[in-house]
Amino acid sequence: MEGTKKKKTRFWRWAIASVIFRLILIYFPKNLNLSSRPEVSTPLTSLRRLAEGYWLKQSSMSPYAGSMYHGSPLLLSILGPLTVKRIEGQPNQLLCSLFFVIADFITALVIRATGQNLQKAYTQSFKSLELAKLLENPEILSSGDIAALVYLWNPFTIVTCVGSSTSPIENLFIILTLYGACTRRVPLAAFGWVIASHLSLYPLILVIPVILLLGYGPDAPPRKLFLQRNFSKSGDNFSTTTTKQKEQRGQSAEPTLFLWRPVAFFFFWASLWACNVLVLCGFYVKEYGGLWEMFKSTYGFILTVGDLSPNIGVLWYFFAEVFDFFRNFFLIVFHINILFMILPLAIRLSHRPYFLAFVYIAISSMLKSYPSVGDSALYLALLGLFINELADMQFSFFLFCGYVGVSLLSPVMHNLWIWRGTGNANFYFATAMAYACFQIVLVVESVSAMLKHDRMIRKLSNTTARDGSTILQEPVQ
Amino acid sequence: MPTVRPSMSPLRSLLFLFFILCFTAYGEEEQFTEELLLRPLPDRKVLSHFHFQTTLPSTESYGHHHHLFPKAIYQLVHKFRVREMELSFMQGRWNYKRWGGYDPISSRNAKPPGVELWAVFDVPQDQVDASWKNLTHTLSGLFCASVNFLESSTTYSAPDWGFRPFSGNLRYGTLPREAVCTENLTPWLKLLPCRDKAGISALMDRPSIYRGFYHSQRLHLTSSEFDTVGLNSGMVLEQTLTVVLQPNTLGSGVAYTGGSILQPSWSMSSLFGRKVGGKCVLAKSSNVYVHLEGNLVSEVKNKWIENESQVFELSIPPNRVIKEVNGLHADPSILYDYSIENYSNSKPFDLGFRWKSSLVWSCPQAPLLASRFLMGSGNERGAVAISLESTGQSNVFRSADITEEICRLRVNIFQVVPWYVKVYYHTAQVFVDEQPQSLADVIEKMRVSPSEDKVSPGVMEILLRLPCDVNLATLTLEFDKGFLHIDEYPPDANQGFDIPSAVVSFPDFQASMHFLEDHSLNKSPVISKLQERSTILSYTEVLLVPLTTPDFSMPYNVITITCTVFALYFGSLLNALRRRAGEEERLLKSRAAKKTGRLSLVLPKLLAKLRGRPWEPPPQSAASSSSIISPKLVMKILLVASIAAGWQYYFG
Repeated sequence: MEGTKKKKTRFWRWAIASVIFRLILIYFPKNLNLSSRPEVSTPLTSLRRLAEGYWLKQSSMSPYAGSMYHGSPLLLSILGPLTVKRIEGQPNQLLCSLFFVIADFITALVIRATGQNLQKAYTQSFKSLELAKLLENPEILSSGDIAALVYLWNPFTIVTCVGSSTSPIENLFIILTLYGACTRRVPLAAFGWVIASHLSLYPLILVIPVILLLGYGPDAPPRKLFLQRNFSKSGDNFSTTTTKQKEQRGQSAEPTLFLWRPVAFFFFWASLWACNVLVLCGFYVKEYGGLWEMFKSTYGFILTVGDLSPNIGVLWYFFAEVFDFFRNFFLIVFHINILFMILPLAIRLSHRPYFLAFVYIAISSMLKSYPSVGDSALYLALLGLFINELADMQFSFFLFCGYVGVSLLSPVMHNLWIWRGTGNANFYFATAMAYACFQIVLVVESVSAMLKHDRMIRKLSNTTARDGSTILQEPVQ
Repeated sequence: MPTVRPSMSPLRSLLFLFFILCFTAYGEEEQFTEELLLRPLPDRKVLSHFHFQTTLPSTESYGHHHHLFPKAIYQLVHKFRVREMELSFMQGRWNYKRWGGYDPISSRNAKPPGVELWAVFDVPQDQVDASWKNLTHTLSGLFCASVNFLESSTTYSAPDWGFRPFSGNLRYGTLPREAVCTENLTPWLKLLPCRDKAGISALMDRPSIYRGFYHSQRLHLTSSEFDTVGLNSGMVLEQTLTVVLQPNTLGSGVAYTGGSILQPSWSMSSLFGRKVGGKCVLAKSSNVYVHLEGNLVSEVKNKWIENESQVFELSIPPNRVIKEVNGLHADPSILYDYSIENYSNSKPFDLGFRWKSSLVWSCPQAPLLASRFLMGSGNERGAVAISLESTGQSNVFRSADITEEICRLRVNIFQVVPWYVKVYYHTAQVFVDEQPQSLADVIEKMRVSPSEDKVSPGVMEILLRLPCDVNLATLTLEFDKGFLHIDEYPPDANQGFDIPSAVVSFPDFQASMHFLEDHSLNKSPVISKLQERSTILSYTEVLLVPLTTPDFSMPYNVITITCTVFALYFGSLLNALRRRAGEEERLLKSRAAKKTGRLSLVLPKLLAKLRGRPWEPPPQSAASSSSIISPKLVMKILLVASIAAGWQYYFG
């Protein structure tokens, strides 16, 4: 008890320390000049472009006039006034930065709550599988705290937060979606999903993990094991404890039954929120191009990769070099690549919807048209939630070194190419390629480690089941 | 001498213009006039301004048949319904500091480098762009220039009020990098009735014209053919060539008088290498003017009150001397008028201008001297600054805006920026005497149409209100540099990209000279142009923006490498998903039980050979080697062979 209390205080200390660290960094924006780094702010998330959009709006023009702003009108109406407000003697974007710090902090807290929720559900399901001895392992860590601290102290997150890009807000809504789905707070999940998709399009694919989370409940060992267990139990003694088991099922401790009600509610709420968002946006852009212009310059801009300025993704250089004749073909191919993997992953990881969401987020942040390190920060934090399951992941040290190496080399190459003119675009593109490869390895390795973990559980469960059945069956013999 | 007046009401100036238009078409027949205006410049150079004007009465009264007006231009006007058009080719740079910026000639003939084209169309709003595109193509063919590059919507813009006060269906485009040479001059000369065979245009010796410091060739067209109301006064085609030449002093050397350098003396033959052999017979009037600016005249008066012939000498006495009538300034400018009707090939006209004593004067300047420059380094972002420096002619300001209690100077800036320079208009800052100002105080009116990627350029029109005692005002705008597709880079991509000149005009100041003439019916076009009110207008420098280039030799590599990474992602993830480790382990075990690998067979064999001992194969290996030639394999080979034979037989 004392240990947990100690842990708790330690978590809070570190969390507050990270906030203070951010606040200190915010006071040196001129020296850091992070907001213009291509790794931090993309055309979609740059606060400078948002300020331009707000200025255009204020001078009674469409915020989407010109190809500057590509974000949501809602973000414009919330953050826009903050970009103009100046406090004497303080850095220009102070209020926005404070907003982002708060968003980051909330995200971390929600991640922590999600982690605790996941761990509780996991323990329960282990208990019902009679694998509780696995949990007695002293190495089991509270994954929520770790993930939250990883999110708060990840240099990527700090850089994104201080560099005033809007991705902390996108991350917050994605995390809210998953938290709402985990705890079956359907309106919250729908709200998060709608807003996150509205802000950056890619979270649309999170609908599958959200449905699975709502239907089956949070991550658990494979469903087959529960069925086997139930079967062996019920085959053992049919008549006695069926009512009790039914109660247990009603509590959804065992994720074998798909609940349709929350899913239906989810879609109801999602359509409600979507209508709300569309109406609000419609009001905001009514006098100009209307909703069609908004979609064209937000989603259209994401899908057509109109801006070829360098970023850490792989698409910009490809579309700067590819022959115009093939451009549409490759656009389709690259976007389909994200969609292709949805179904296989959903089939294989349907019993672990939260992990599935992590994989989707990682894939989309790797293959999206304007990636930034803010997206990576999100999936790296979510990776922390599965620290117990992925304990024996391969190449983790190699990957760590790769991430560090790329994040050091990429600014150097960018500087050589853009500022000094001694380098070449190819050098910078090579770091982007390496980064993509490391992310691929991370995704593939984490998926296979998770599958291996499931296999391990199955084996253990089989052996305990066999032992148990032999023990049970002994008196019969 | 230029006069300064508070801005005239638009109606009045229109009426004035209209009056002149009516006047020129008074005779109801085609007219052609040729004129040359020569003006000594303070920095030892000579400005020569050729002015040819062809007028055509309205088609209604005159019909389609004409003998002076160029048919190509007439057809062009009728096809695209052009109301007004100006095409200029320029090389060099007008030196506003030395050559002046406050007289009708500089504000009308100082042009941005390369090609500038603007046109007003008399078509419905939605057809303007189509007409513009067709017009650019036609002009491109007519003048052997790449004017057709102005067709793309990324190069032209539709200014509202920044370029001209009442621009309805106006389109404006510039090509800063267009090289101007004789191939553009020849088609321009073809529009003249005498070409360069006779008359004043015979002076245009190509080597001497293109040797100049400044060269601007202009074609201005006004047509009222499509006016539904009012008088239809036909078309006026005005062709001007403005050249700043350095008189050749190599032969005589630099002459000194009293310790200061004497201005070089010049004659038409020394400037152009040719003489005028009589007028063009088709021309109604054919005149040469020598223009002395007011400042020069006052200097002359200050030094030698009694006689101006002690300062300079004209080799031929002028037919008449026209003096500017001016209430405001003490010293009016002087025009010496020569009519060359009496000269012929046997008795060519060769005007000489000889300085006798040295003189220092300066040209009248615009209230503020505009220049533009880039700030920042690197290829990612930068800032563009337009600085307006006071020329110190404070007396000009006094008369600017006396009605208000605080004297304000209004400056109009019109700037077009190509789309790959992505300007953040919210970063606009105005500094007056290096003090940042709040925009609401300084900017009276602002219109911005931001650039759209690969569609339209960014257009900015700003009306600044500066205090009159300003020394230096600066407007800065930050921008990001865009990244282009490799096909969008020009052949020499590392040279950089040009931002066209900005236009800075002073709407409160209008340059015009008033000359008293005895018989005003016979007024010459040059003098009427000098008398016409024109807003003071100046162009800033063209900016060269270097943009980052990708590696142009890489497309195939990039495509293959990127696709490889995608394949890696797809393949390895799919592999991880469909792998069944348990079955694989079982399979491996069974295979290991069945046979050992081939490598394990080869190794002992090699070892045995090295040792020189006969090798004994393990007992299972015989079975495995015999199993290579199994009946199944033989059947497969036979099947493939028969298919191949059949294929060969039927299709071979």
